[in-house]
Amino acid sequence: MTSSFRTASGGRVDRDRPVNFTFDGKAYVGLHGDTLASALLANGVHLVGRSFKYHRPRGIVGSGADEPNALVGVRRDAARYTPNLLATQVELYDGLAAVSQNRYPSLEYDCMAVNDTLLGRFIPAGFYYKTFMWPKGAWDKLYEPRIRKAAGLGVAPTAPDPDVYTQRYAHADILVIGAGPAGIAAAQQAAASGARVILADDRPAMGGSLLAAADTTVDGEDARAWLRGSLAALAALSNVTMLPRTIAFGYYPHNWIGLAEKLTDHLPYPASGQPRERLWQVRARQVVIAAGSIERPLVFPDNDRPGIMLADAARTYLQEYGVMVGRKAVIVAAHDSAYRVAHELRAAGIEIAAIVDIRSPVPAAQSARDAGLRVLCDAKVEGTRGRLRVSAITITADGKRETLACDTVLMAGGFTPSVHLFSQSRGKLVWDEAIQAYLPGESGEAERSAGACRGRFALSEALADGAEAGRSAARDAGFSPMDLPIPSAQGARACGGGGHIGAVPTGADLSRAKAFVDWQNDVTARDIALAAREGFLSIEHVKRYTTTGMATDQGKLSNINALGIVSNVTGRSIPEIGLTTFRAPYTPVTFGTLAGKARGDLFDPMRVTAIHDWAAEHGAVFEDVGNWKRARYFPRHGEDMHAAVGRECLQVRNQVGIFDASTLGKIEVVGPDAAEFMNRFYVNAWLKLGVGRCRYGVLLREDGFVLDDGVVGRLAPDRFHVTTTTGGAARVLAMMEDYLQTEWSDLKVWLTSTTEQWSVIAVQGPKARAVLAPLVTGIDLSAEAFPHMSIADAQICGVPMRLMRVSFTGELGFEVNVPSGHGRMVWEAIWECGRSNGMLAYGTETMHVLRAEKGFIIIGQETDGTVTPDDAGLGWAIGKAKPDFVGKRSLARPAMIAPDRKQLVGLLTHDAATVLEEGAQITDPLDPRAAIGHVTSAYHSVALGRSIALALVRGGRARMGHTLHVPMPDGAITAEVVQPVFLDPEGARIHV
Amino acid sequence: MLIIDCPYCGARPELEFSYGGQAHIARPQHPADLCDEDWNGYLYVRDNPKGVHAERWRHIHGCARFFNALRDTRTDHFLATYKVGEPAPKVSRP
Amino acid sequence: MSDPTVASPFLGLSQTIRPLPHFSRAILRVGLKDVARASERLDLALPIAACTATGGSAMGALWLGPDEWLLIGEAGLGNGLDWMAGITEKLGDVVCSLVDVSHRQVALEISGERAEIVLAYGCALDLSITAFPVGMCTRTMYHKAEIVLWRKAPDRFHLEVWRSFARYVEALVRQAESEA
Repeated sequence: MTSSFRTASGGRVDRDRPVNFTFDGKAYVGLHGDTLASALLANGVHLVGRSFKYHRPRGIVGSGADEPNALVGVRRDAARYTPNLLATQVELYDGLAAVSQNRYPSLEYDCMAVNDTLLGRFIPAGFYYKTFMWPKGAWDKLYEPRIRKAAGLGVAPTAPDPDVYTQRYAHADILVIGAGPAGIAAAQQAAASGARVILADDRPAMGGSLLAAADTTVDGEDARAWLRGSLAALAALSNVTMLPRTIAFGYYPHNWIGLAEKLTDHLPYPASGQPRERLWQVRARQVVIAAGSIERPLVFPDNDRPGIMLADAARTYLQEYGVMVGRKAVIVAAHDSAYRVAHELRAAGIEIAAIVDIRSPVPAAQSARDAGLRVLCDAKVEGTRGRLRVSAITITADGKRETLACDTVLMAGGFTPSVHLFSQSRGKLVWDEAIQAYLPGESGEAERSAGACRGRFALSEALADGAEAGRSAARDAGFSPMDLPIPSAQGARACGGGGHIGAVPTGADLSRAKAFVDWQNDVTARDIALAAREGFLSIEHVKRYTTTGMATDQGKLSNINALGIVSNVTGRSIPEIGLTTFRAPYTPVTFGTLAGKARGDLFDPMRVTAIHDWAAEHGAVFEDVGNWKRARYFPRHGEDMHAAVGRECLQVRNQVGIFDASTLGKIEVVGPDAAEFMNRFYVNAWLKLGVGRCRYGVLLREDGFVLDDGVVGRLAPDRFHVTTTTGGAARVLAMMEDYLQTEWSDLKVWLTSTTEQWSVIAVQGPKARAVLAPLVTGIDLSAEAFPHMSIADAQICGVPMRLMRVSFTGELGFEVNVPSGHGRMVWEAIWECGRSNGMLAYGTETMHVLRAEKGFIIIGQETDGTVTPDDAGLGWAIGKAKPDFVGKRSLARPAMIAPDRKQLVGLLTHDAATVLEEGAQITDPLDPRAAIGHVTSAYHSVALGRSIALALVRGGRARMGHTLHVPMPDGAITAEVVQPVFLDPEGARIHV
Repeated sequence: MLIIDCPYCGARPELEFSYGGQAHIARPQHPADLCDEDWNGYLYVRDNPKGVHAERWRHIHGCARFFNALRDTRTDHFLATYKVGEPAPKVSRP
Repeated sequence: MSDPTVASPFLGLSQTIRPLPHFSRAILRVGLKDVARASERLDLALPIAACTATGGSAMGALWLGPDEWLLIGEAGLGNGLDWMAGITEKLGDVVCSLVDVSHRQVALEISGERAEIVLAYGCALDLSITAFPVGMCTRTMYHKAEIVLWRKAPDRFHLEVWRSFARYVEALVRQAESEA
């Protein structure tokens, strides 16, 4: 089964393995080894898309990563739809279903093509900036939605991506990017030195230009046979990792390179669970960039019709895939590569109507004529014809205007070194006048370029350059290179530098004609010239004004011609105009690859306590606190949170509750200077805290604002058990280490995080002692022996226990610290014992309500980085006699002692049923213009039978008894300022 | 991801480190003796050079030590790292 | 004895991972000038070279920082309290900090010829045998969790992770086994 444009033989496709696929629903047959582009071309299909702005019919232009037009969507199922793939990179598999983009209703008949015929001249450069400026507000409501509907490339899938993406860190002595002749030669030399080598190439088959090297020998062997042998030899080496289908998309500082490896997109039936792509994050001692070059298109009127392609791409389709891109071709030449293409295509049976060389006669022209080819020199290109496929090209040569019938026009504009990665590595580019291209200059990293990407275009040059790069890279990576012979090539027609930049000579009026520079963003020579005339002199400005080079292809084809046009219009040299920044990624990378494993449940570590599973089994609803999962409440029989929390609160106040406080940060501060350290660090006085006693500690930042708080117990003269907030654990420890390591190296004291050593089981409520007493040994829990704010080591259930008598609820309370490997066992033992005492488990929401009833603050809720201890009503905690502690000096600054600072107060709404919104602003009814504070906490209190709130209010303590307003959309809520303690202000319930 | 040469552990990836701001700003011995303006300078005023910057890093997910580094803010390249308490080494300023 | 009543957060064995039984651990922090005395008292040379570990007959010591060691007790030493008390007694008047962290972290062994690749899935360090030789240990990151990694043999790593991160790390290691 041969398609009509397939040659009888040749190429690396498997002619015994036909592959069925569809494009826009129509069935075609290709061959194993085809890309979607080569298979479509083999079937005579050039028309693959509509252009971005004018919806002009567009065909395949290139054969690789530089393709601007052939963007397709590939659909496996509803969730697996990938837009904006390049048909030149999509490997064909049986059942592949691809669709064109940016057309409505079909490729052949696109309603939006009116943009081209009627509106085209009204969409000049800067159109968006000029047109949609007014009326004010119309952009959001009117223009943008319509533009978005009309424009955009591709359609995003609507379901979550079901595929798996994987990742790996890798370390290479030498990373070689690009497996063309230079890359392979470099890898051979590097590998021979014994260095660890990674060789990556974006295509499924390695070899680059060697894959299409007909009539060429390397070391006396057919070039393609040499390639096969070389790759097999490299693959057999244990120190070489070969990564085909792997694009080096980004070059980051310190030789850190991102590679995206495609694993299953080429398979008809990927195994379930098999990763689709792998992100390689490679750290390389040395990098060899062998990225090759990109063929330059030519800018002439109507140069975008389907059937108008890059010349070397046509040769590649022939030599790699056995595909003829047409029957009758005209080659527009600005570079000698045109002649190589002409000879090879003609040999395959494609009629070459003419070679239209815009240059003065070159030697290759004469030998082509000798071989019977028609060559026209000093030619101008006037335009092309053909609606859905080019049918003719009009040229002027020797003063004669002529229209040449053809079905293919090939553009040979020369080659532009691919310096994207080099530029990303912050290497400096240097304009080479002889080659007419930017080349890598001084490196910014441990890197070297080799081969065509630094202007060594000819095969023999590229091989030698690659070999030398491989050797020097090995040397610089600390290895001794072997003197492997440098491969030598014969027969390849040398294709050097030169070529053309900017618009091709034409008699046509380029201010009217559409001569495309950027196919993907529909930018013409006229647009760029207009931008230059309007005063956009920097190429960075021209780029943004015209959008040239800003599409998904990042201007791979267009940038150099845009430079040429600006240079012509402004009369300045290309180096004077400068160059736009080359940004990662080189080609688009899927979000899946970048996200890797960091998605779903594994997006962040989900930290769970030893008691988590028990809570889950007992129906807890969890909330995220930092990375922790904390039980928020335990609903019963379909209760909502309000009902569950009300029930839990009452039970703790009347009976007893059990609460998992394991997430609290814990730091053991040990050493002879432990008390002195605590004294310098926290606001409180610590020197006189007795062993076995606890104190509520407040920590400031050096700027005087409250950072953290927690109960601290003294276990021994030289040992403190410090607790922090859940979210502050790491921050407080880091800050302590900072002071110890960098400021107070005189202190003999050390810190150890014990957050996870201990499970913390809070038992709170009037019956707490009764619940615990039967389980503990080695301690007397009586009020006399173990009063409030005590700490002691003892045993519970036969395991070690560090018991604290503390209360964040206002009730009699204990916090049982047990080694976390025993946490659940002890929890369950207390649970069993407590059930006969009416105990229930409560969560963080109930904990919040209980502490608010007592006016205990929560860091991050009542504080926000601008609250001093005095603001929060914690001035009593400060050790007044201490000469210094962290933040003390700041507390003496004028603004910190101003009487109108925001101070913590309680609010009672006049309507007891109204619960204020946390974060709501507060105003003074006598002067309602400015907010004087905000609500920090607000709950319904079952114990009090009404709502309560805490708030920070300017000069709040002087406003006791005043009525303030909390303005809401439905009108202001009135509330009275009260002391921020709503229940048991004397603490009688705690001291029992 | 940068490579940072921890003075204790050697070259390690940036994700093991945390940044600690400008180096060589000692906490005043007796803060109470400072006027408001001087204390303000200690708290808030920092350099923002284009070029060599002496800054604090901590190998928080490694040896946990604070140390100092000279980094060129233009290139992100580290010119030197050194232990707390040591003077900044002389580097040729590019 | 390793204590079977200590709960393990891990699911269990797989191709390359083996949750290690519970054992006693402590963080010893001691200033440089007292290290020699501490080593003598403990009858265990606390490693001075960065990122190295030593194993004595009854105890291993991992260098975590210039004044920080993770002491690991071998199985068969009784419960943690006795072990801690024993070390405390040995250290005597050496000025230092000794804190029980037996339950703070849990350990996995990752072994087999694919161990290095399974770890390279989430650890940015160069784990080749030359860059990370047998006996090397260090704190580092596995994906977003801090771990202590200790190479005990060319194809065998000891990984310590804080208990609350254990499931996260184990889930990723298991995915690495099937994907790497």
